[in-house]
Amino acid sequence: MQSVNAVELRNVTKTFGSVTANNNVSLDIRRGEILALLGENGSGKTTLMNMLAGIYFPDSGQILVNGEEVAIRSPKDSFALKIGMIHQHFKLVDVFTAAENIVLGLKEEGKFDRKAISRQIREISSRYGFDLDPDKKIYDMAVSEKQTVEIIKVLYRGADILILDEPTAVLTPQETEKLFAVLRNMKADGKSIVIITHKLTEVMAISDRVSILRKGEYIDTVDTQTTSPQALTDMMVGRAVTLNIDRPLPENPQRRLVVKNLTCLDGQGVKVLQDVSFSAMGGEILGIAGIAGSGQKELCEAIAGLHPVASGQILYSSPNDPDTVEPLVGRSPMEIRDMGISLAFVPEDRLGMGLVGSMGMTGNMMLKSYDKSGRFFPTTKPFKDLAENIREELGVVTPSISTPVRKLSGGNVQKVLVGREIASAPSLLMAAYPVRGLDINASYTIYHLLNKQKAKGVAVIYVGEDLDVLLELCDRILVLCGGRVSGIVDGRTVTKEEIGLMMTRIGEGNGHDGT
Amino acid sequence: MDNLINFLTAGILAAAPLLFGVLGEILAERSGNLNLGVEGMMFMGGIAGIVGIYYYEKAGGTNPYVALIIGLVCSLACAGLGALIFSVLTITLRANQNVTGLALTMFGTGFGNYFGEAIGNADPSGFLSVSTAVKGIFNSPVFPQPLVELPIVGKLLFSHNFMVYLAVILAVVMAFFLGRTRAGLNLRAVGESPATADAAGINVPKYRYLATCLGGAMTGLGGLYLVMNAGAGVGGAWVHNCISGYGWLAVALVIFAVWSPKRAILCSLIFGGLACMRYYYPISFIPSSIYDIVPYIVTAVVLVFVSLKHNRSNQPPESLGLSYFREER
Repeated sequence: MQSVNAVELRNVTKTFGSVTANNNVSLDIRRGEILALLGENGSGKTTLMNMLAGIYFPDSGQILVNGEEVAIRSPKDSFALKIGMIHQHFKLVDVFTAAENIVLGLKEEGKFDRKAISRQIREISSRYGFDLDPDKKIYDMAVSEKQTVEIIKVLYRGADILILDEPTAVLTPQETEKLFAVLRNMKADGKSIVIITHKLTEVMAISDRVSILRKGEYIDTVDTQTTSPQALTDMMVGRAVTLNIDRPLPENPQRRLVVKNLTCLDGQGVKVLQDVSFSAMGGEILGIAGIAGSGQKELCEAIAGLHPVASGQILYSSPNDPDTVEPLVGRSPMEIRDMGISLAFVPEDRLGMGLVGSMGMTGNMMLKSYDKSGRFFPTTKPFKDLAENIREELGVVTPSISTPVRKLSGGNVQKVLVGREIASAPSLLMAAYPVRGLDINASYTIYHLLNKQKAKGVAVIYVGEDLDVLLELCDRILVLCGGRVSGIVDGRTVTKEEIGLMMTRIGEGNGHDGT
Repeated sequence: MDNLINFLTAGILAAAPLLFGVLGEILAERSGNLNLGVEGMMFMGGIAGIVGIYYYEKAGGTNPYVALIIGLVCSLACAGLGALIFSVLTITLRANQNVTGLALTMFGTGFGNYFGEAIGNADPSGFLSVSTAVKGIFNSPVFPQPLVELPIVGKLLFSHNFMVYLAVILAVVMAFFLGRTRAGLNLRAVGESPATADAAGINVPKYRYLATCLGGAMTGLGGLYLVMNAGAGVGGAWVHNCISGYGWLAVALVIFAVWSPKRAILCSLIFGGLACMRYYYPISFIPSSIYDIVPYIVTAVVLVFVSLKHNRSNQPPESLGLSYFREER
């Protein structure tokens, strides 16, 4: 029995309309191993695993669980086969406790005994080294705790095969370590684990074997010990790419923006930014790192005039007149924009801010400057030209510039957004998560665009999630932690671990400058 | 003192129909269905109940208890049918819940008034009314006389008709169901996050259909009460537009009660009291119509406070008013 693979996929194909998400994929998941499923965005990793989770049903091919052919038609079937998937977007009810979420939907006989349930959850927690209070409400939880709830949820249902879809995307390096420790405990307990990711460092750190998918095709499976990040990248992308992002030295940096002791409150009066001070130079990319929700959004919005400022100063010097200092606080977003400050913010759902999904490229171009072309009957011609330009220069793939942008793929939507901000010829460009959800190629296009702006002398502020990218792209990196600056470091010398530590250290002074 | 006790007793009588409506709507809203058709379903439940009894008596039936059962069943079924129409439109066909609910209210109002008048006009007496025996059941205490005659508590606690106690029992049962059973947990999950519930293997449409239809049926009992009880309505006869906004008040009270069946009891009592205050504490210089506005003003004020408070556990079910479609991602 032990020799049988836990799961075998045989020639599985799945298409959505004319798009082939998985073509003839065969894959084994062994008992008691951690298998990394590696591939770019859109390579079909999640689709493939969703077929095990009962979300999709394969068009053709077989799925064998413990050596027997099965048909998984719903999440219920999947549970019954002891397969549990932890999705990237958590499926939890916010107003329920952890325990309530964990038992949700279970059809067990007998009394609904909350105490017994809590006890069982504590048991699972201590067995694998989780840290969870079963009676805590989800809305009081940090992201990593929510993930813990999701994992315990599938364990509670008796899953032997766990599939984790990009579990580390929302975690700090320290939390990632903790998760990996838990995964190793589960492996030791005989569970099979599939981890979907595109982060090579994590693949190397946690997995026993790596399976690579590219554009829906199965490429290969290799032992982690015998491979290297470079070899994996080559297989993933299909050709050798340089991992290095260009980083020219800043030329003639000029002080463009000075933020002094900036404090902002949210709607409930909680400080979301506290005493934030830094400066941004023209001709330089300033990176902003931090766990999601550490005040990045509020910082960008405060500079753009979209978030009220409780105290502190934001001072701006125009490139034409570097000696004059103008305060930004108290100005309207429109005035600030006209001074040459541009914000391209890509929220988690990508379309939520900055673009109107049901409008075409032209309409979206007009959003920011319709008032410049006739108040009541704006002319569309210049915006059509602009849209055509962006489409050509950035290679936006769209049937026409009037196709609603919501119908474009994520990468193309982001190109439209970033393209529009750049087109306004800013002197300070803030790009928040511009590569969110993009594949490597599309990401590089964006990095290239930012570098071009830097070369032009624009002060670029780049808010990013991927530390590796921040480390390769940015000249200096400001690390936020809980709304405070925990340090501003040199992007060329700092290490990932140092930044990771700074991201989680709350209120311990700022003795980490440049070291 | 007597006046106060009479006032409180009348308040309780006026609260019962509200409580049925509030409970029914809480059940529906907890499943994520915002059914604005409460007023319409009350009309449907009211007319169907009285018509059922009327025809039973027309056919020569004399047993008031059989008449009562027929009335209850007709009321439940007809209001439930209204909720079923709403469910098919909003759950299966995914129509807009607000629009559908408003349409149901208009439909129910017309439905009730049309049959009420048509049947009433055809009757030799000119009214759609039922026998005194049946009226009696809806208007007299269920508890034995000695209990009712106890000083103060007798009148306050034991002098009511069976519908009042039924409403309170329903509220308690519902509180237990929502808070302490697996099915209740599942139902709340459906209303909060249907996608999560779906992924956990809960049949979302089934829960929504059941909750909405059962809730609608409960609402119908409130309508029947208004038609049959003399304390809250005329008592045993159909009067044009007899529901007169009680359904809307119930919808507002759901928010006041922050979707909790237990709090619904208290809220219904307060508003029942407000509704009949003018008969007991008239103030000469205030026109009596002001009293009619009070419940709605209080509701508006409460809404403002609930929204300002922003307490996470006092919020409406998160997917309230949204239809769920699995393939939409």
